[in-house]
Formats: sequence, structure tokens, C-alpha cells
Amino acid sequence: MSVAPRIIGIELTLNGDPVSLEFDPRDRLLDTLRYTLGLTGSKEGCGEGECGTCTVLIDGIPVDSCLVPTYQVRGRRVDTIESVDEGTLGAFLAGGATQCGACTPGVVMTASWILANPDLRETHRLRELMAGNLCRCTGYDGIIESIEDSLKENQA
Amino acid sequence: MTIDPEPAVLDFRLPPTSEQIQYGTDNVLKHLHIEKGDVEQALADAPIVVEGVYETGAQEHVYLENQGMLAWEEEGVITVQGSMQCPYYIVDAFKKALGRDESQIRIVQTPTGGGFGGKEEFPSGIALHAALLALKAGKPVKLIYERGEDMASTTKRHPSRVRHRTGVDEEGRLLAQDIDVLLDGGAYVTLSPVVLSRAIIHAAGPYQCENVRIDGRAQLSNSVPFGAFRGFGAPQSLFAVERHMDVIADRLGMDPVTVRKRNLIRDGDSTATGQVIQDGANRIEVLETALQLSDFEAKVKSHAQFNRRNQTKRRGIGLASFYHGAGFTGGGEVYLDSVVHVAGLPDGCVEVRTASVEMGQGTLTIFAQVVAAKLGVSVDHIRIADPDTAIVPNSGPTVASRTSMIVAGLVERACEDLRSQVQESGAELGSAVDADTSDPPLAGDALVSAIAGWHAKNPGQELIGKARYIKPENIVWDDETYRGDAYGSFAWATYVADVEVDLRTFGVEVRDFVAVQEVGKVLNETLARGQIQGGVVQGIGWSLLEDCVWRDGAMQNNELTNYIIPTSDDVPPIRVAFLEVPYAFGTWGCKGLGELPMDGPAPAILNAVAMATGVQASSIPLTPERLMKLLDPELERPG
Repeated sequence: MSVAPRIIGIELTLNGDPVSLEFDPRDRLLDTLRYTLGLTGSKEGCGEGECGTCTVLIDGIPVDSCLVPTYQVRGRRVDTIESVDEGTLGAFLAGGATQCGACTPGVVMTASWILANPDLRETHRLRELMAGNLCRCTGYDGIIESIEDSLKENQA
Repeated sequence: MTIDPEPAVLDFRLPPTSEQIQYGTDNVLKHLHIEKGDVEQALADAPIVVEGVYETGAQEHVYLENQGMLAWEEEGVITVQGSMQCPYYIVDAFKKALGRDESQIRIVQTPTGGGFGGKEEFPSGIALHAALLALKAGKPVKLIYERGEDMASTTKRHPSRVRHRTGVDEEGRLLAQDIDVLLDGGAYVTLSPVVLSRAIIHAAGPYQCENVRIDGRAQLSNSVPFGAFRGFGAPQSLFAVERHMDVIADRLGMDPVTVRKRNLIRDGDSTATGQVIQDGANRIEVLETALQLSDFEAKVKSHAQFNRRNQTKRRGIGLASFYHGAGFTGGGEVYLDSVVHVAGLPDGCVEVRTASVEMGQGTLTIFAQVVAAKLGVSVDHIRIADPDTAIVPNSGPTVASRTSMIVAGLVERACEDLRSQVQESGAELGSAVDADTSDPPLAGDALVSAIAGWHAKNPGQELIGKARYIKPENIVWDDETYRGDAYGSFAWATYVADVEVDLRTFGVEVRDFVAVQEVGKVLNETLARGQIQGGVVQGIGWSLLEDCVWRDGAMQNNELTNYIIPTSDDVPPIRVAFLEVPYAFGTWGCKGLGELPMDGPAPAILNAVAMATGVQASSIPLTPERLMKLLDPELERPG
């Protein structure tokens, strides 16, 4: 009888760079990011895909990294909050979009997906697109206004 | 092992049987009473008496960052870092629990991912657990709650039942208010006595009435501890009185706006505790601004028309007028005896040292803003020390909407003290500061170089401006009789909710929300608006969605999959307006506002649902299931 290997390895593109990873096959992507790679910007708010604080982009699509086994990102492109530069944050830094900051990394990742795909607005409302990221502080107005401002800036 | 369970108390509303007594002779954790005038006589004389019973459920804070602590011992000092609102509460807990001297305890707040009261008292326990494990193991111990653990075990908002018996005349004037406030205190006393205090002080609403009796009890039950949550008892009792005002209007065949206008406190009137309100705020203007911004009168008409034509939807608009006392109740601020330091550092920078924490509400910004304005120094020269009890004095807990109103004022006074110290030493120093130029006061870059100069002359010494809380002389409170000035100031508000009820799903959608408040001077528009919008959305959650399900005293839905808080798509834009009448004893004229927005949404929304459906719902959360039972009791009948 063969015993499953304790550690497996994959390659992926992480925040634009090629990365080789070794990890326990049971690891969640969120744990690999936080504890193996030290990328602690992604937060764990609920661990069951409800709150969105752990949102990352996989091949450009926002995903709750607490629900993704790390081996599933083999050969894919993963972008975390650490890849976001100040310029992209733009309107978020102007104030009102963030209070305690716990939801902010996830909110920014979903917002960057919307900013990269402005056509989404043709079929979906902004409040609908942002509904996967819970915020308990702002009441959402500051977040929605900041994304609207960023979309306008990008158009101009 | 066999367990022989004792009879549990699972419903705080029922009188305990003798087998269920676990505290004193009646399970009452705290009993408080307010009396003004002669309520019985006034009720007997009143032409109309309107009664009502109102209930609210528990609410979980759902700060996005769960509770967590890191503890270790180093050179005889037990050190804890973590998510908290009140570093010195943990110091006090450690002094008692570990029998240690304050010099052997160091508590450091790390930037906290939301609190809302949930990190007021509870973190003391978690910090202690981590510390005990660290001491035993001789190694650092990190204790992080997962969401399910956090929701199952940490404090929640107190469930409540409030009874009203109100005497009114035909014009809707309040003649007598007899109010009974009952809170579910949970299994331990915790903060229930102080939450009860705030609940009863706010229970009569922002109205003038000569005869008021408020009786309050916090009753033990075998459930999770109920504790501090934004609003601290006031949202519960204000829900009751503001729902009751609409029931009174309905009984009299009057409109709810007129009944409120007729009774709102005018300057010179007094509250239930006998506090004379004389703050220059115009509560009628607050109400009228809210009506105007929400287009209230026009919507009353257009909704009636909509409701006649539409088969499946009903629309309604409702309002709530309310108030919230800022800072600690009565003599609380004197007891806290808060101290703030502002240090001048060797590089000339100014450092604010307080135990007041940043948890998203804007402490860092407000303090920096106050220092910059007071001393004229640029933000680059301002630092805010981490709340680390080895460095910062005890400026009190970060609770009760007190940080801007009270602590920021102490920061300002400590700045003044720092400046005078530098200026006075200037005469002796001669070089760094010229005593002749000390009028106008030393400020800006000149102050920065003078501070650096002071350190050059006094190497290794500390330059610290200090301030200690001074009670305004006109605040007088008697904790025995519950008479006097309960709070230094009240903020005043009227909120309007515009809702649509779906008669097929029984879902209530809030289509528009207007929040108008008088909060003294607004210090920072972005932060103030954010506090109101966030508080309103928490209030919408408490009103319609957030339902703690209990089994044998334990929370059954302790996960975000089935404890539902509002998403961006569940709420409309929250439209906020401020009226500003400077408050003499608040920093730059400000009053506390962080908790205020929690008070208004529930009654405004249920009043709107009453207009939409004709159903006088009296308890929250008004989930679709509950509304279905009220609207269509037939559906409830077993097949």
C-alpha cells in the first residue's frame, strides 16, 4: 500500500512572478498565502466563503481563498492585495471607503476586478457586484462611492 | 462521569421558579428606578391610555476581525498584544486575577478590526487565558478565535422587553409615561447594570412629560453573556418608545409627525431624570429637515396611491425621533479620571499618548487634527503612540462615544501644557526660544525647533504636556435617586425609512433612508458621515435580518452562513445631514455621535412597515417569517 505524499509541489504565477510551492495537500490557499508565504494582507473573517475578507484574484476573477485548496491554483495566475499599488487604490485613499480596514483587502481585490472589467457594469449594479464583501463599519456608501470615482477617473 | 443538570433559565421574560433561582432571591442582576411627578394620578386622570409591549432580539457584533490575543512573559513582565477597546480594563483584570503589580503588566492594543462594544469587556478574559497559558508554558501563546467560536461565546446585545402605559390627551400630548424595561442579562452580571442604566435613562424618548415612571431590571438567564454593543441599552428602549409613539398616533387617528412635534423637548423642558435641557439645539428643526430631505409628506400620499393599485407590493414611510447621551453616565467621567499626555520628542515631533484605540472610527485622525490645529504643526511632525500601557496614561476606555468629545479635548489641553512648558523654559534657554516672541504663542516649525532645542539642553529628560479630566461645574447627578444631569450632552436626531414590503415573500426592502442629527460641531465630515452610515446599516440589520437562534441557551447559528448581516445590495445609500449647535464642553463644540445612529433605524423601519401593511409589529428582528405570521396568521395554521 502506498502512502500519500505529505508534501506536494506546484508552480504558479503569484503577483506577476513565477513561484514554486511545496505544501501539505490539505492546505487552503489562504493558509499558504498567510503562513507559508507570509502574505498576511488577505484576512480570515469567517473561513466559509461568506465575508470576502480573503478575496484574491485567480486568473483575474475574485475568489474566496479560504475555499480554495492550494493545489487548485497549479499553473494559474494568483493576485493578492500585496500586488496592488497605491495608484490603483486612488479613490480609496481619499477617505470614507475604509474604517477598521479588516474588510479592505478583499474589497480592494473585488474592486480591482470591476475596474479591470468595466463592462460588468452593463449587466450588473455596483452594489450587486460588491455584495460578496461584507463590511461592518462603513455601511457601504464610502466603498461604493470610491469605486464609482475610480471608474470615472479611468474613463477620463 | 454523569451530569445531573439543574433547571436552566431559558426565557428571561418568565418569572423564575424556585428551582431556577441562581442569583439573589429573584435572579435580578440589577434593579433601577426613575420617578418624576405622579404617574398613577396622571394615568387615572388621562382621557386616553395607550398600552404596548415591545421586544428586541440579541445581536452579534460581527466585527470582521475576530477576537485574538498574543501573550508572553519577558523579564517578569507579562505582555499582551491584541484586538481590544480598553487596554486599562485588561490591566485591572490582570491585577485582580494574577495578583500582580501594574509595573509587571503591559497591554498593547494592535489596530483593531472593528469593535462596536464587542471588544470592550470580553477581551479581558481572552487576554487572561492567553497569559495564563503563556506563564504555564513559558512560551508565547497566541489565541485567535475562529468565527464560529467567536459567535458562540462572546457577548451580544441584550435582548429586551419593554412595556409602555401612556396617558395622552385628545391632542396627543403626553400626560404620563409608565415604562417597564426588562433586559436579558445572560448568565453573568458583566456590564448589564450599566447597560440597564442607559436603557432606562433613554426610555421615555426625547419628549416633555411631567409624570414619568421607569422601572428597569436586568434578569439572569443561562445564555451567553450579554454585554456592550453600540448604543448600550438605548437602542432597545428607544425602539419601544418610538414604535409606541406611532401606536399612540394610530389610536388617536393623528399623524405620527404631529404627535412628535407636540411633545418634543424644547429648551427649558426637563427629561425623566429632571435634567433641564438648555443646549440651544432645535429638535423641531431636526425633525423638519428629515421630513424635507425624505420628501415625507409627498411620499405618504404617493405610497397610498401605489398601495391601492399594486397587488403584490406595499410601500410605507416611517420616522423616529430620538436622542443619545454622550460620554459616561452621571458621575462616570469623574470616576474614570482620564489623563492624557502629549510628549515633545528629541527630534521636535509631538507625540500623543492616550489609551484610546483606533478601531476604524477615526481616533488617529481626530487626535492628529486637534494637535495640528492647536499647535500649528504639520502632520509630518505629529505621532500617535500605540496604546501601550507601558507608555500611555489611562485616558479611559474607547467606548460611550467619548473619544472625540472628551479625550480629544484633553489632548488639546495637554498640547497647551506642552507649549507652556517649552515657552517657560525658553526664558532660561535663551537660545532656542526668544522669550519676547512668546506672544503670539509658539507654534508650527518654531515650536518643533524649540522642542528639539529643549532636548538639546536637557539630554535624556522627558518633555510631557499633561491634562486631566475636569468635570463641567453645571453637571450634577445623584446615583442614589437617579435624579439630575445624566449626560453632559445629548445628540438629537430624526431618521426616516422608506420601505417596500413584498406580500409574496414577506421581505422588507429599505428603499431610502434619511438620517438627520444635531451633534454639536462636526469635527471631520468624512468620519462623522461614515459613523452615521455604518451605524444605520447595523441598525437595519438588527431590525430585519440579524436573528440569534437559541437552543438550551447556546447560539445555534454561530456562523455567517446563517447569521445574516446586510451586504451592499441589502441597503440603499444612507443620506446623512448634520445640524450643528456647538456644545460648550465638547472638543471644539462637538458631541459624541458614534452610537447615535444605532437608535433610530429599527423604529423608523417598523413604523414604515406599519404604514405599508397596517400591521403594528412590535418586535425585531422583523424577519420574513415573523412578518408572514403577522400579515397572514392563516398560513401559520397547521394543515
